[in-house]
Amino acid sequence: MGKILRRTFLLGSAAIAGGVAVGWYMYNKPYPNPLEAKPGEGVFTPFIKIASDNTVTMVIPRAEMGQGMLTTLAAMIAEELDVELASVKTEFAPAAKAYYNSAMLEEGAPFPAFDNSFVAEAMRGMQGVIAKFLAMQATGGSSSAVDAFDKLREAGAAARVMLVSAAAQQWAVPAASLKTENGKVIDPALATSLTYGELAEQAARQKVPAGVALKPREQWRYLGKAQPKLDMAAKVTGKAIFGIDVRLPDMLFATVRMNPRQGAAMTAIDASAAEQMPGVVKVVNLGTGYAVIASNTWAAFKAADAVKPEWAEAPYPASTEEVFGKIEQALKTGDGFNMRDDGDAASALAGNSGVIRARYTAPYLAHACMEPMNATAQWQGDRLTIWSGNQAPTSIVQQAAAIFSIPAENVEVVSTYLGGGFGRRFETDFSILAARVAREADGKPVQVTWTREEDMTHYMYRPGAICEAEAAIGSDGLQAISIKSASQSVMASAFGRLEGAMTPPGPDKLIVDGLWDQPYELESFRVTGVPVDLAIPVGFWRSVGHSFNPFFLESFIDEIAAGSSQDPLDMRLKLVAKHKPAVGVLEAVNEMSGWDTPLDAAGVKARGRGVAFCLSFGTWVAQVIQVADTEDGIRIEKVWCAADVGTALDPGNLESQMVSGIIYGLSAAMGQQITFAEGGAEQTNFDSYDAMRMNQCPEFEVRILENSQKMGGAGEPGTPPSLPALANAIFAATGKRIRNLPLSGEVTFA
Amino acid sequence: MNLTINGKPVELDADPDMPLLWALRDVAGLTGTKFGCGIAQCGACTVLVDGEPVRSCVTPVGSVSGDITTIEGLAAQDGTLSAVQQAWVEGQVAQCGYCQSGQVLAAKALLEANPSPTDKDIDEAMAGNLCRCGTYPRIRAAVHAAAKKLAGA
Repeated sequence: MGKILRRTFLLGSAAIAGGVAVGWYMYNKPYPNPLEAKPGEGVFTPFIKIASDNTVTMVIPRAEMGQGMLTTLAAMIAEELDVELASVKTEFAPAAKAYYNSAMLEEGAPFPAFDNSFVAEAMRGMQGVIAKFLAMQATGGSSSAVDAFDKLREAGAAARVMLVSAAAQQWAVPAASLKTENGKVIDPALATSLTYGELAEQAARQKVPAGVALKPREQWRYLGKAQPKLDMAAKVTGKAIFGIDVRLPDMLFATVRMNPRQGAAMTAIDASAAEQMPGVVKVVNLGTGYAVIASNTWAAFKAADAVKPEWAEAPYPASTEEVFGKIEQALKTGDGFNMRDDGDAASALAGNSGVIRARYTAPYLAHACMEPMNATAQWQGDRLTIWSGNQAPTSIVQQAAAIFSIPAENVEVVSTYLGGGFGRRFETDFSILAARVAREADGKPVQVTWTREEDMTHYMYRPGAICEAEAAIGSDGLQAISIKSASQSVMASAFGRLEGAMTPPGPDKLIVDGLWDQPYELESFRVTGVPVDLAIPVGFWRSVGHSFNPFFLESFIDEIAAGSSQDPLDMRLKLVAKHKPAVGVLEAVNEMSGWDTPLDAAGVKARGRGVAFCLSFGTWVAQVIQVADTEDGIRIEKVWCAADVGTALDPGNLESQMVSGIIYGLSAAMGQQITFAEGGAEQTNFDSYDAMRMNQCPEFEVRILENSQKMGGAGEPGTPPSLPALANAIFAATGKRIRNLPLSGEVTFA
Repeated sequence: MNLTINGKPVELDADPDMPLLWALRDVAGLTGTKFGCGIAQCGACTVLVDGEPVRSCVTPVGSVSGDITTIEGLAAQDGTLSAVQQAWVEGQVAQCGYCQSGQVLAAKALLEANPSPTDKDIDEAMAGNLCRCGTYPRIRAAVHAAAKKLAGA
């Protein structure tokens, strides 16, 4: 890697200073265990409870939003604790510092995943230290399994040692002579056994041992193999409780309508008709919008329609044209930062007669979770309880405490299943809004459900972006790439939304993620990011910066291959030759897709295959997509995906996550965009913001590889290559190069 | 208002204009049926009325005279899962799970009308049921598996 701006970067510098000042003593001190044992129960670490009837409950520190972590995290504990995975109970952890996520921040270090240098590792370690001080209990950045892998196995192993030791004391035999099996401690010599439940209360009184040896991989019973999901039966019987399904005694139902020009005020309100409607309890003025509290959700929706508000103008340009004009202006004249500057791209480009140039755009996007935003809240004096499906429980606590001026200890967050998250539920807005509405309900619990229209128009959108790229081709191939990407800073926007938080100084690497951090080695490679100053709320959308920049870079690499008469897959193989995992995934999709065999066009106008690669969240992914150009438009026929995750903890879940990430990416590529008119989003529901449907879904073939030395994530890495692989396939089939997302601007999809 | 929900007569205190979805969720306390869009675009609210799939978010409760089946009523009294539910569990279909009540009921209706559907039949019957997690390939496989189970039963 070349010169990277390491001096200042978001989250890094500011937080490091704090971390180092507090010192290692504090770092090594564990956070208190938030779990309290019931009579007869043993609590082992913040993750395991064992009741006297031998019920083993695993306390899951992360959100379950479809990414399968409930099961994989429970499997980590079960593996070392030695219990039957299928028979354990699970519950979502309360909001507590003990459940902090350090891997999420380690990913934020300004080094690409393949940089294992001392500096890079030291910086990642530092980020981990910072993570502990920030103590963010959060699910994001495809980090859950990576973060938990040692932590939860160690918890399981420690608990097992404690249980064995309690049995050894009871039997007055050496612990080493005992073994465990499926929730029992056994003494082979005496041919006797005790269940974990019988030992739990006694065993949990011991000190939690440190440094217990973990099982080698060869002895794994659950990890490394596809496990049946612990929540599957609940999810096909309607028993899984999502945020919207919370039901409490005397609960009221409400909805909110906030200014569609996000962030702007409500200047007037006429609620007289709404207040007279049946079932309506109250209309609440929230300053930038209003809520209707009623006896059921439908009554609240209907009454909300009857309220007449007046909205102030948006604090950002009112139309998409003007918004993209601002992005264009920043790209041309704004201050950029270089996250990568190998060789001398400027000279290589200046002295080259055959420069290839291209300009790409990506739109603003909504997450469109299946479950519209909602949360339930109840005030009892100055104590607040919030029930919500969320990705960041401790952020909700911290925000509620700051906004309502109450001690953090007074805020309880009960986390439920999430009907999709994709980064949207990383935000605290819907939880805080419920708490604001519930303050007007005289101590009764209030469930605040957003309509789909409210959900889609009140967003932390994936930012729109414009990219300009140039490449110099020499006699011996590609010499230089200079690529520049301009978009709003997600970090700045996200920090700006948090009460009492300071936006850290330095550039936001998310603006160029997917460009600077790729394992492409060429003489000169310059990556420039340009932050765009706009007040549209932007946020973390599945794969974040990797959701648009790889579309730019991988489309451009395809254009370079076409412009220099090279095979696009071979060209990538040459560029990544030093990186075994990258070579591995590209060779895998080459073989799986039969890349070198010609395609026929039987029954269609033409067929084509496109390839793309991206390293994101520590996972190396290559995809080949095959499309057919048909009378009805472009049909996506098949997707081949190879993903190197380093250590595959659950190959079945990994396959699901890759397919999921790809369908999410293809949905966006095919037709999604949020456009603005009069300051508000023009798309309001699935009729104007659709996603891939069953009848458009291609066949999939996924291969999971383990060449990488580090464990990578799963929830997001499937998404980035899918968009450019589709555009590249359309080019291969039709000769049409589409540089603007969504692709539906220039082709129809069958 | 008198309805038959999952084989049981139920009396609900609801405005006849209230969509069946909200009558089920907020009045009858059956939260397995999900709210997704409110305009019959996503299928999350699908229930069966006399075996036919219905988008409950746009169906006034007062207009319903037939027997309503929700996801809560699909398994047998003793908890034994229906063939479609079993196929869903065996095929490990659900991710976030939010759309799956609607998917399972749409699949059940399809299989009653067409016991051995082709991929194309499945596409046509299920295209109205959106899934943002992208479980479509597993849904397709599970519908075929459920068809086999039912044929063998």
